[in-house]
Amino acid sequence: MSDTQGPASDAQVDPRLLVREEGLAGYLGEARRRIKGGELGPLPVIIGLVVIWIVFQTLNDRFLSAQNLSNLSVDIVATGLISVGIVFVLLLGEIDLSAGAVSGACAAILAVLSVNQGWNPVLAIIVSVAVGATMGLIHGFFFAKIGVPSFVVTLAGMLAWTGFQLWVLGPNGTINLPDGLISDLTGTYFAYVIAAYGLAALATAAFLIVSLAGNARRRKAGVPSRSMGDIVFRTAVLAVVAFGAAYILNLYRGLPLALLIFLAVVVVTDFVLRRTKYGRSIFAVGGNIEAARRAGINVAFIRMSVFAISGSFAALGGIFAASRIASASQATGQSNVLMMAIAAAVIGGTSLFGGRGSTFSALLGMLVIQSIASGMALQGVSNSIQFMVTGAVLLAAVVIDSVSRRSQKASGRA
Amino acid sequence: MAPVLALEGISKRFGAVQALKDVSLEVHAGEVVALVGDNGAGKSTMIKVIAGVGPPDEGEIHWEGRPVTIHSPSEAQSLGIATVYQDLALCDNLDVVGNLYLGNEIRRLGVLDEVAMEKRSRDLLNTLSIKIPSVRIPVASLSGGQRQTVAISRSLLGEPKVVLLDEPTAALGVEQTAQVLDLVERLRAQNLGVILISHNMVDVKAVADRVAVLRLGQNNGVFDARTTTQEEIIAAITGASDNAVSRRRQRSEGGT
Ligand SMILES: Nc1ncnc2c1ncn2[C@@H]1O[C@H](COP(=O)(O)OP(=O)(O)O)[C@@H](O)[C@H]1O
Ligand SMILES: [Mg+2]
Repeated sequence: MSDTQGPASDAQVDPRLLVREEGLAGYLGEARRRIKGGELGPLPVIIGLVVIWIVFQTLNDRFLSAQNLSNLSVDIVATGLISVGIVFVLLLGEIDLSAGAVSGACAAILAVLSVNQGWNPVLAIIVSVAVGATMGLIHGFFFAKIGVPSFVVTLAGMLAWTGFQLWVLGPNGTINLPDGLISDLTGTYFAYVIAAYGLAALATAAFLIVSLAGNARRRKAGVPSRSMGDIVFRTAVLAVVAFGAAYILNLYRGLPLALLIFLAVVVVTDFVLRRTKYGRSIFAVGGNIEAARRAGINVAFIRMSVFAISGSFAALGGIFAASRIASASQATGQSNVLMMAIAAAVIGGTSLFGGRGSTFSALLGMLVIQSIASGMALQGVSNSIQFMVTGAVLLAAVVIDSVSRRSQKASGRA
Repeated sequence: MAPVLALEGISKRFGAVQALKDVSLEVHAGEVVALVGDNGAGKSTMIKVIAGVGPPDEGEIHWEGRPVTIHSPSEAQSLGIATVYQDLALCDNLDVVGNLYLGNEIRRLGVLDEVAMEKRSRDLLNTLSIKIPSVRIPVASLSGGQRQTVAISRSLLGEPKVVLLDEPTAALGVEQTAQVLDLVERLRAQNLGVILISHNMVDVKAVADRVAVLRLGQNNGVFDARTTTQEEIIAAITGASDNAVSRRRQRSEGGT
């Protein structure tokens, strides 16, 4: 959205406004306008992440070690997947309090089916995710069709599915997962150096090609396009991050399968949200229901499907959580998992007020939360402090969200 | 030439309220008809009849000379009637292009074709000489007048022949009102028929060709906007030459 106004195209444009200069001055001007307008995007969280990493690295130089970062990249996956579903719900301006319980219940179902019943693990995973989707669909039905507020429906769901989880697990309360496909989800590393570098190269090349092709189309159509310098700069930033991450992962055990799956989920869901009619409809419902309805959008369908998506990703997150510790237990998905998933989405820059956000915030927010947890653990700081710090970070994120929303409104009444 | 839209003998009741009784209204291509009347006179009910939101109990509607019925908003749209309601119903979080094409997105291989939508948005805004800083900023950061012009532009994407505007300048300042009135004149210049509801006699005098007055759900005269004074229109709205508005004016004129 930082398009420059091309010379052929600004006949309609008020010259005083938003004509971005080329080069650095243009970037700064654009940044200033965005900050004033409350469109901060992922900037605060990226700055926060860098600060957190610097602080913990100065406290303990094992923090930025390859082993710690590699573990961190796998630790974010389970809750991060749940958080992806939460982002969808937050975009509607709603909340899903059941996600933790759904993840626990679906992990229990997976364990019972694959271990106790001896099902094929792939089939067990599919059924488990389908059950999660159904649970979400039930919440969505009561919300969209009956009109029960989402936080009440999902609060009821949280209680009910937690009970269901205990019932499924039976008297033992814990089912251990043997070595196999399910534990491999988080235990597999692609140790060949080429895997991580290949992925980094692929991502960079794909980004560059898509940017160039899009730009060429824009120029041909005579609408504002990015400057070449802009594209090169963005690609370079991506390349540094991607190859840097690949380098570090290769220093330890290589590219983790779980991270690869999580990244793929984030990229695909982001594409769905930004580039499809369905995703646009979600943003519209989150922005103004009346406008969405008048535009012919089936609001009830969008709402129910979004809760089903949230349930599916909660189930997927539960599966990865079980895989990580090779068991499904009464503790899976309980305690702070839900809060962390919601906090991650908000810390990552998805608005609690609906209509603004991206699934990349699940990734960024989880990196922040897990970095704090990992850094504190290295320092031997107790859980109590960890909770307080994470709470403070969440509060900061919500404050930024609220303030930027206010300044957006204020700058809107020009 | 036959009017593009003509309504005749329209009646509509809500329970005990006779909201419209035997009302007629017509609009020609390239003409702005102001629909005025006091609160509760039936203006919005009339708009809903035309927009297909609330079909009439009795009466005939002619579209380009042939009789039609309009039972739903989509029927109105497919005839070529576009409606801009008073609450604009824009999505603040979406940009101008997103709002213009909401529900009618252009797609390419199943994926939103942002380039095509942006190009057509710019072309549309250009032909209407609408000034908006960028079609890629969220409408939340536009002024009230700009939002109104976006809402009107959105209604034009279906290439309508008649546009209904319900109080488009009600919440706007002087400068922004002028922008919207300019746009109304450009719609007329593009040979659209415009039905404009307004409470503001200055606006009505400024852009309307004809003024249709509703009073208590009935026609109370159709006036040529150029040759009729504001006082005459107000008299028709209130139903008497002896009313609070004219008494005030007489007092102040007598005082000076
Ligand atoms: N849906 C409705 N149900 C009952 N009465 C209605 C309804 N819509 C309008 N009315 C009545 O019809 C009359 C005309 O209303 P309306 O068309 O909104 O007037 P205006 O827009 O000119 O102020 C009013 O007396 C109003 O109370
Ligand atoms: Mg009204």
